[in-house]
Amino acid sequence: MEGTNDSMRRRIRILVAKPALDGHDRGVLILAKAFRDAGMEVLYAGLLPTPETVARIAVDEDVDVVALSLHNSAHLSAFPEVKRWLKKLGANDIQVVGGGIIPPADRKKLEKMGITGNFGPGTPLEQVIDHVRKVAKKKWKMDQ
Amino acid sequence: MPDNYRAKKAYKQQMESAGSGERTNSSGIRLKEYYTPQDFKKSYEDELANPGEYPYTRGIHKDMYRGKLWTMRMFSGFGTPEDTNGRLKLLLSHGETGLSVAFDMPTLYGLDATSERAHGEVGKCGVNVSSLKDMEIIFKGIPLDKVSTSMTINAPANILTAMYAVVGEKGGVAKSKLAGTVQADILKEYIAQKEWIYPPEAHMRLIRDMMVYCTRNMPKWNYISISGYHIREAGASAVQELAFTLADGFEYVKMGIDNGLDVDSFAPRLSFFFNSSINFFEEIAKFRAARRIWAREMKETYGAKNDRSMKLRFHSQTSGYSLTWQQPLNNIVRTSIEALAAVLGGTQSLHTNSYDEAWALPSEQAVEVALRTQQILAHETGVADVIDPLGGSYYIESLTDKMEEEAYKYFKTIEGMGGVVNSIKNGYLQREIAATAYAHQKKVESGEMKIIGVNAFVKEDEQPINVLKIDLKAERIQRKRLQDVRLKRNNSRVQRSLERLRDVYSGDENSMEAVIEAVKNYATLEEITNVGREVFGGWKEPTIV
Repeated sequence: MEGTNDSMRRRIRILVAKPALDGHDRGVLILAKAFRDAGMEVLYAGLLPTPETVARIAVDEDVDVVALSLHNSAHLSAFPEVKRWLKKLGANDIQVVGGGIIPPADRKKLEKMGITGNFGPGTPLEQVIDHVRKVAKKKWKMDQ
Repeated sequence: MPDNYRAKKAYKQQMESAGSGERTNSSGIRLKEYYTPQDFKKSYEDELANPGEYPYTRGIHKDMYRGKLWTMRMFSGFGTPEDTNGRLKLLLSHGETGLSVAFDMPTLYGLDATSERAHGEVGKCGVNVSSLKDMEIIFKGIPLDKVSTSMTINAPANILTAMYAVVGEKGGVAKSKLAGTVQADILKEYIAQKEWIYPPEAHMRLIRDMMVYCTRNMPKWNYISISGYHIREAGASAVQELAFTLADGFEYVKMGIDNGLDVDSFAPRLSFFFNSSINFFEEIAKFRAARRIWAREMKETYGAKNDRSMKLRFHSQTSGYSLTWQQPLNNIVRTSIEALAAVLGGTQSLHTNSYDEAWALPSEQAVEVALRTQQILAHETGVADVIDPLGGSYYIESLTDKMEEEAYKYFKTIEGMGGVVNSIKNGYLQREIAATAYAHQKKVESGEMKIIGVNAFVKEDEQPINVLKIDLKAERIQRKRLQDVRLKRNNSRVQRSLERLRDVYSGDENSMEAVIEAVKNYATLEEITNVGREVFGGWKEPTIV
């Protein structure tokens, strides 16, 4: 068998995290449960990790996707910081997905920096899950 | 955001009838089609009584809003201390006497503006305080003997209280004359809002120190506002909010009594802070049940003799969670209904949220609409004319009883685990809330629970609204100011006072004097919290998911 089919069938490993001083974890806990129910292997970084810690966990645990959530308007500094650390650790293939209270203008800025999704309040879980599946496949392709 | 997922699903759901089937509220209480005298057979005198009479189900005052309207207390704070000082003075010039200050995330976590972790967060969600200097600026020119100040601060509440006392003293106002409130409800931080610095026992000890110190030296300082608001926002049902909040309250009462305070010497200073969410009757029943439970327990279990110890006073805030990003103007309607529930539930003060809060921090225009909502309720609708107008409704009384009953089941479970601190440490309370939040979300996803604009009556194109933007200017100013403070202060005195604090924290004596001394010498917020970090250690939450 070629690797392609295998890798399409493998389970997505996803790290969910809030990489700043933000304890509003209702959304991130719901996402963790929803990703798990969707068949993914879910890791939760706990509260208050630094962007560096998040990136290190992502690399050590060999995840496919890092899902970041913030409600404290620090997304423009914290999300790119995670991305920068992933790059520094040689893991540019790990996909970074964002969400939270993110004004539309900031979404565009984040997209430009390679952080995708950037889902706002009221986004259906199904839409987030589909997006994660899509970027995970992208990562697997990059890894081949 | 054209939202095909929702639009498709919503269309399908609108086609299906919502007719038959069981109805439940947020607490999972099954609702009858209608209620009759059979549903409320208890004694009026014992269970309800007139407003102002024990057990205060109908309200804590005899005249309620006829005597005095609820306080419209709008929470604010942003940017630099100068920005906030300007805002507070503006509010005072409009006749307000009750100030309410919001702090930014670094301050809430006990970190300085210069901390690496503070980057991007200084002045964003509130005002930044890194040292006494900042508090001096925030309250510059404000007569602290004439106003009352509410500070939404928890983990470092002892330090902010000390700063306020020193600012007062330097301005010639004695500690005993300072009036105000710090939230300082650390239990709900572990349960819901998750802004802590040390392990639960350490924070409880610091609250004890503040409680004992303020009971003796600051008679007008309310040192705990027991909060259900954040518990609810984190996903709890109304019953869970009711039960967990009151359980926290009883924990503080026990602590005071265990530390040699007479219950009536401190209980009158405890107040509550509840959420007023969208399920209208359930909220009203919750407030009424809360008053009855508190009165009973304070009298019968904790031996209170003073009526004021038995009267549950509360502030309320409409639900931030209920606000939607989609069709934001609908949020004005949601907030109005929630505010009405708080008023019919007998609140003492109220904050109404702004319609744009699912987008960003509120704009000035949105804040004004939120305040006007309260003014319309107070002055146009007549709802303030008659006290507890829903009292005696078969439905409301039955629901009030049911909420009380369900809350007692939780009290029993928590007690079985050895109290609130243990049920935080084993993750029980956090998991209960996360489970309710997820169950709720699944109902929204399936369409069983309808949210207008989100999964029902969805609009294909959402127009952006104007929102408040906050830049990084505050961060630069605060960093610079703190560097200046460090240069100008007497560093050997700072070190000595931090050493002294370390000794006190390591032992068991009351720490408030030592904190005040450190603050006075311009030790920074983080230097002071670092002493605690060294002595008490940090805290890692048990696994929730």
